[in-house]
Amino acid sequence: MSTQLTPILTRFWDDPRSWTLATYEKHDGYKALKKAVTMPPADLVQMTKDSGMRGRGGAGFPTGMKWGFLPPPDGGPRYLVVNADESEPGTCKDTPLMMAAPQLLIEGVVITSFAIGCNHAFIYLRGEVVHVYRRLMRAVEEAYAAGYLGKNILGSGFDLEVTVLAGAGAYICGEETALLDSLEGRRGQPRLKPPFPAVAGLYARPTVVNNVESIASVPAILLHGASWFAGMGTEKSTGFGIFSLSGHVANPGQYEAPLGITLRELLEMAGGMRDPNHKLKFWTPGGSSTPMFTDAHLDVPLDFESVAAAGSMLGTRALQIFDDTVSVVRAVSRWTDFYAHESCGKCTPCREGTFWLKQIMERLEHGNGSQDDIDKLLDICDNILFRSFCALGDASTSCITSAVQYFREEFEAGMHTSAAEMFPPAASTLFAKETVSA
Amino acid sequence: MITDGNPNYGVVPSTGTAAYPADVLASLRADAELTMARYPRARSALLPMLHLVQSVDGYVSLRGIELCADLLGLTAAEVSGVATFYTQFKRHPNGTYTLGVCTNTLCAIMGGDEIWASISEYLGIGHDETTEDGQVTLERIECNAACDYAPVVMANWEFFDNQTPASTKALADDLRSGAPVTPSRGASRVCSFKQVSRVLAGFTDGLADEGVGAGPASLAGLKVARLAKVDDGKAQK
Repeated sequence: MSTQLTPILTRFWDDPRSWTLATYEKHDGYKALKKAVTMPPADLVQMTKDSGMRGRGGAGFPTGMKWGFLPPPDGGPRYLVVNADESEPGTCKDTPLMMAAPQLLIEGVVITSFAIGCNHAFIYLRGEVVHVYRRLMRAVEEAYAAGYLGKNILGSGFDLEVTVLAGAGAYICGEETALLDSLEGRRGQPRLKPPFPAVAGLYARPTVVNNVESIASVPAILLHGASWFAGMGTEKSTGFGIFSLSGHVANPGQYEAPLGITLRELLEMAGGMRDPNHKLKFWTPGGSSTPMFTDAHLDVPLDFESVAAAGSMLGTRALQIFDDTVSVVRAVSRWTDFYAHESCGKCTPCREGTFWLKQIMERLEHGNGSQDDIDKLLDICDNILFRSFCALGDASTSCITSAVQYFREEFEAGMHTSAAEMFPPAASTLFAKETVSA
Repeated sequence: MITDGNPNYGVVPSTGTAAYPADVLASLRADAELTMARYPRARSALLPMLHLVQSVDGYVSLRGIELCADLLGLTAAEVSGVATFYTQFKRHPNGTYTLGVCTNTLCAIMGGDEIWASISEYLGIGHDETTEDGQVTLERIECNAACDYAPVVMANWEFFDNQTPASTKALADDLRSGAPVTPSRGASRVCSFKQVSRVLAGFTDGLADEGVGAGPASLAGLKVARLAKVDDGKAQK
């Protein structure tokens, strides 16, 4: 095995009471902040640029560059907003991070705020994870009590207030401008860009919106150096990231590794497929919004460039693994339900298009498809992709077009045979054996 | 739709129009003021305030909408426009417990569909419907960021990992009978919908230190890395 795992963010998750400040301080917690407040903020921005870290929330935009886009200070407020609205199907890294080690995120928030000149930061958490919210609120409380938040942090003269709020169930709020609208107490619908949040974000003020894992990686970069971070991963996709394996794998879970690791390597670490008699059929490299891969892509390095060159996107490293018991039509049909359900309604291609896609996918799943349904699907996808207001519409087409590309015959079979007949669902379940023996 | 001649701001049916008792109103207003004070602009508190309304009424009631509108200087239509956008804001009285079965693709395939079918039949209710005793509201939920624990069931937004049809029925039975229930990763017990709504409004309940830091799947990679390190050490000797 050539690539080794690199537990950095995950390194102390198995400590008893890993979420407390005391545990975090035992594991170098807030050492980076102590260093940060002695540095010129511009150096912190430069350090993050030098590390080459690209945003860990899916789009992969360089984090340091995002910070650098803020206009020069004009005396008015500037904001940091952490996107903790983890909802992309398959994505399950930020939630365990905030449950096990919320102080990592808080320290990252303080350092980032200091770097960009923000005195009030917000963490927007999805509302459907109440215990994570408890842990975050407690972490903020502890950080205030220890003087890591509040007035004159560590005697530096720097003030920071942090507000953590819970959303209320809307996938679209993971889109950064929809998140800002939601944070302003509105329906979470995306805004026209430009202006980008760096120029006019929260309350139309300069705002940095970053993913949880990006911000949580900042303390480690500061402690060990930009070149240490850039020394991991590949040339253009530097550093480490949490890879989330789920589905038909022996040991699903979180595997923190340098970018560029392959699924073959990860699968080996995770004990292989759930059942050696069933081989890998399809998988998503970065959640349901990234075009699916097959067993032909086991050796694609999981970095931004290699995954893109192979026709997909690294996204959030959400590796959903499906073996050959699974109907790809059923999987895609359900994802399509999801996008139709979560379409915010703002733009026509997405609002109407996902609704049409859903109807066609349902027909095909039940073996009632008609002769021209595949062409119709692709035609609708063509009319949604790059014609929608935001990436949600684009994303809704990824699973369909990639599945038709790799498994067209299954869509053709959907004209006469149901998915359940071809792939009995019971065989795919976690409790498949229980069902069989009962 | 029953409207009783009252305005209906997306609340189905329109119920609960009796004014808040004075003491309830006073504490709601006080809590809402605390919430608004957390933001540079008060309207940012609207989502937390709607959670707060649910913590008292068990759903987003007409009087709750009107209260938020009054406090924020918005129209009731503007507030209901926001409330009806988000799935966690309930438009009719919710049960004491929301039982959510993830039926997004991965969980569905890992058994979520079987769990959904069996629990829906067992309780005799469908999506967003509540048992007659008012205890359990059943929901098909979207991906809840715990795919490595599929299939996942949420009870009032606490994690129940690696569920089966049988375990979910037992969970529903316990919730309905008031027997103690412990989430896989969460507080030591499942709080009521109203209690959880208060937490979601940003008011702590002191339970943050309960439960595990991480479940087994969250530690899977760390475990492999630790073993590899031990092997490396041996190899060097």
